Amino acid sequence: MYEIIEKKELTKDIKFIAVKAPHIVYNARAGNFVVIIVDEKGERIPLTIYDWEKEKGIVYIVFMEVGVSTKKLGQLNEGDFLYAIAGPFGNAFHIQNYGNVVMIGGGVGTPAIFPIARELKNAGNKVTSIIGYRSKELVILENEMKSVSDEVFIATNDGSYGEKGLVTDILQKLIDKKEKIDLVVAIGPVVMMKAVSELTKKYNIKTIVSLNAMMVDATGMCGVCRVTVGGQTKFSCVDGPDFDGHLVDFNELMVRLSAYKDKEEESLHYCRLNKKIKEV
Amino acid sequence: MAEENISKAKKQRIKMQEQKPEERIKNFFEVPLGYTEEEAINEAKRCLQCKEPKCIQGCPVNINIKEFIYKISKKDFKGAIDTIKKDNSLPAVCGRVCPQEEQCEAACIMQKTKNPINIGSLERFAADYEAKTGKVEIPVIGKKLDKVGNPIRVAIIGSGPSGLTCAGDLAKIGYETVIYEALHLPGGVLIYGIPEFRLPKNIVKREVEYLKKLGVKFEFNSVIGKTYTIDDLFNMGFKAVFIGVGAGTPIFLGIPGENLKGVYSANEFLTRLNAMKAFLFPEYDTPVKVGEKVAVIGAGNVAMDAARWARRLKGVKEVHIIYRRSEAEMPARIEEIKRAKEEGIIFNLLTNPVEIIGNEQGWVKAIKCIKMELGEPDSSGRRKPIPMPGSEFIIDVDTVIPALGTKANKLLTSDVKNLKLNKWGYIEVDENYMTSIPGVFAGGDITTGSATVIAAMGAGRRAAKAIDEYIKKL
Ligand SMILES: Cc1cc2nc3c(=O)[nH]c(=O)nc-3n(C[C@H](O)[C@H](O)[C@H](O)COP(=O)(O)OP(=O)(O)OC[C@H]3O[C@@H](n4cnc5c(N)ncnc54)[C@H](O)[C@@H]3O)c2cc1C
Ligand SMILES: Cc1cc2nc3c(=O)[nH]c(=O)nc-3n(C[C@H](O)[C@H](O)[C@H](O)COP(=O)(O)OP(=O)(O)OC[C@H]3O[C@@H](n4cnc5c(N)ncnc54)[C@H](O)[C@@H]3O)c2cc1C
Ligand code: SF4
Ligand code: SF4
Ligand code: FES
Repeated sequence: MYEIIEKKELTKDIKFIAVKAPHIVYNARAGNFVVIIVDEKGERIPLTIYDWEKEKGIVYIVFMEVGVSTKKLGQLNEGDFLYAIAGPFGNAFHIQNYGNVVMIGGGVGTPAIFPIARELKNAGNKVTSIIGYRSKELVILENEMKSVSDEVFIATNDGSYGEKGLVTDILQKLIDKKEKIDLVVAIGPVVMMKAVSELTKKYNIKTIVSLNAMMVDATGMCGVCRVTVGGQTKFSCVDGPDFDGHLVDFNELMVRLSAYKDKEEESLHYCRLNKKIKEV
Repeated sequence: MAEENISKAKKQRIKMQEQKPEERIKNFFEVPLGYTEEEAINEAKRCLQCKEPKCIQGCPVNINIKEFIYKISKKDFKGAIDTIKKDNSLPAVCGRVCPQEEQCEAACIMQKTKNPINIGSLERFAADYEAKTGKVEIPVIGKKLDKVGNPIRVAIIGSGPSGLTCAGDLAKIGYETVIYEALHLPGGVLIYGIPEFRLPKNIVKREVEYLKKLGVKFEFNSVIGKTYTIDDLFNMGFKAVFIGVGAGTPIFLGIPGENLKGVYSANEFLTRLNAMKAFLFPEYDTPVKVGEKVAVIGAGNVAMDAARWARRLKGVKEVHIIYRRSEAEMPARIEEIKRAKEEGIIFNLLTNPVEIIGNEQGWVKAIKCIKMELGEPDSSGRRKPIPMPGSEFIIDVDTVIPALGTKANKLLTSDVKNLKLNKWGYIEVDENYMTSIPGVFAGGDITTGSATVIAAMGAGRRAAKAIDEYIKKL
């Protein structure tokens, strides 16, 4: 059992938690993720490691409530315990001095780019970050991103904060400035990663995306997380989660992510009925 | 004496009572119900108590079969289980899942009359008897200490049968053993692979509880290679490490359509059901989604397990096995094939899938197959299946489960420098189960490829002995 020692609400649906889990942070690195099981009857869900403190044995996670597991997780408070937290999983992001990097985070992709941006900055890169949200109330981690970037641009779909438009609009402007971009890292909804990859492909800018395929064990044992990259089947938990955005079959990923839509609704309905999740 | 033996040999082997097929496909409970005391005694009395009992050589861990059967025949059930436990720490498991017809029972002298002693069932009886009636005795163990008086520690990676056995044996010698397990549950394939209706999970739980009482510690949610490296383990003070991580990664067919929704590896399908309890969804959060018609590709034990699980799920009307060779080559146990047939599973033999066909939403809707015929024997000695041109046909299905076996999982091995692997990616060990790294031992499926519970257990046991010898020399 692993204690939640701090919890913050970043927006109505997006929460930040600190979990006491020394085994997770012993070797944690930017780009790793954990698997959480909220309670004894829970499923295994993957969440990115947002930050960690090795000495204190604490891992920080930012997540959005979208379905039963994340809603149950969001209901836990300081002093409550997680049934399980396993990891760190996935390959760490390859940190080196690429030169000029653009980090793109969409929604809860931002907590995933944060530690990578920090490490890349420490490695001597010039870091420009673009973070996109639907509207002002959903903007998270603005100051944190500023602390690890040379420059931060914010896009909102409705223009209520930052620039009106999508992250790709800002990226296009940066490209048009003719400043050389050595690497783009994009993490967020699949449609966003797809749009970024399509754009950068035109300009031949190397682009890395982090795929949020469905997962069960995250140890390479089940294969549910398979994605097609460059025509080959890869397991995103052990071969990824980072892949070359120009080679990923995003359409297939989107289709696969919808596999359990009806079951997710059935599960939500059941949990509401049995008061396992309260809703406001 | 001789006459008595002849009359014994003529008696028919006593079969365990089973749940009826039409009943058992509606539940998840064990199919064979176990012997009554009377049945067990009568079966044990059939044993000829051979001077040179061949059965013992047939058992990979050489249980003293003759002796334990004799004790059962004399109603000394406690004595019987004590005899078994000298060589096998998981008798309730092995009595159920060992391929006895290829091992102990194949070697039994009575095999000549096609009527061997039902050794597996007797072993199961003795183990279940202990569980039902007996207090399990915990031996008093003197701790092994180093020169300054600290306990000597050994780390075990993986809690499958090899890891559990190795840990238990080392604990009994007096070592402090810690098992690191990637999942949140102990047991390896016993927990996530083999179905409840073949191996009830409370049996695995019981064995694990026993190990805990022996002092074995479990660290779950810890993936060695990620959470800690093997170097980290030595730095933490462990004197030796045993790797028992299993074979692990599923093989897919490599045909078009394999990433459609509704295609599960057998590992995924079985893990959702066994470890995550998807059959109790939505009370449990993990779902499994099958349609009315399910096709399982392959005819090994794993394929039978997947097919028989599918048969038990609500809404499933038809379950197919698709296999490219003929009945004679099917690798699954005969008993399991028989049970699958009784449960109404349809066998499509000499049939090979060539494509999985999807609908507009990306769900499986059919599988295209081709008829095969058997040609000359190949390097494995089995007749090679050859496709018959123009014989393609389509089976409508909405779930496809490839059960084609596994290959070596690189999760751990790719992170360890200097660990020698064979050409298939499995870990190489010497006759003492030591890998190319001093102090690092390995056993079970990760050294042999997919094998059996008893083989993994035997490896864990022998590795424990070798580890003890190794530490004594340090
Ligand atoms: C490597 C990895 C890292 C991740 N990191 C984070 C993170 O840091 N923060 C965070 O909030 N989420 C993250 N996710 C996504 C997170 O795992 C899912 O949101 C979660 O599993 C949903 O579970 P649920 O039961 O609450 O919702 P469900 O009921 O399972 O799903 C509800 C909705 O979310 C969609 N969904 C389900 N799984 C995913 C997924 N893997 N990706 C995108 N959409 C999904 C479904 O299609 C559905 O519409 C990550 C996923 C992966 C694979
Ligand atoms: C569906 C199925 C049915 C079977 N039926 C039978 C049968 O009827 N009879 C029979 O004799 N055999 C059967 N087998 C085969 C038998 O189960 C295996 O041969 C045996 O379990 C192998 O044991 P093991 O200890 O090597 O590994 P496993 O049982 O595979 O256990 C390995 C454990 O290590 C853990 N692990 C992996 N990597 C790491 C890591 N890096 N760090 C920490 N932990 C890790 C895994 O999570 C797992 O718990 C079956 C196999 C399957 C899949
Ligand atoms: S362990 Fe297996 S092979 Fe050995 S006697 Fe028991 S059932 Fe037979
Ligand atoms: S070989 Fe068969 S008959 Fe002989 S002792 Fe063994 S079990 Fe009994
Ligand atoms: S999540 Fe099971 S193999 Fe990747």
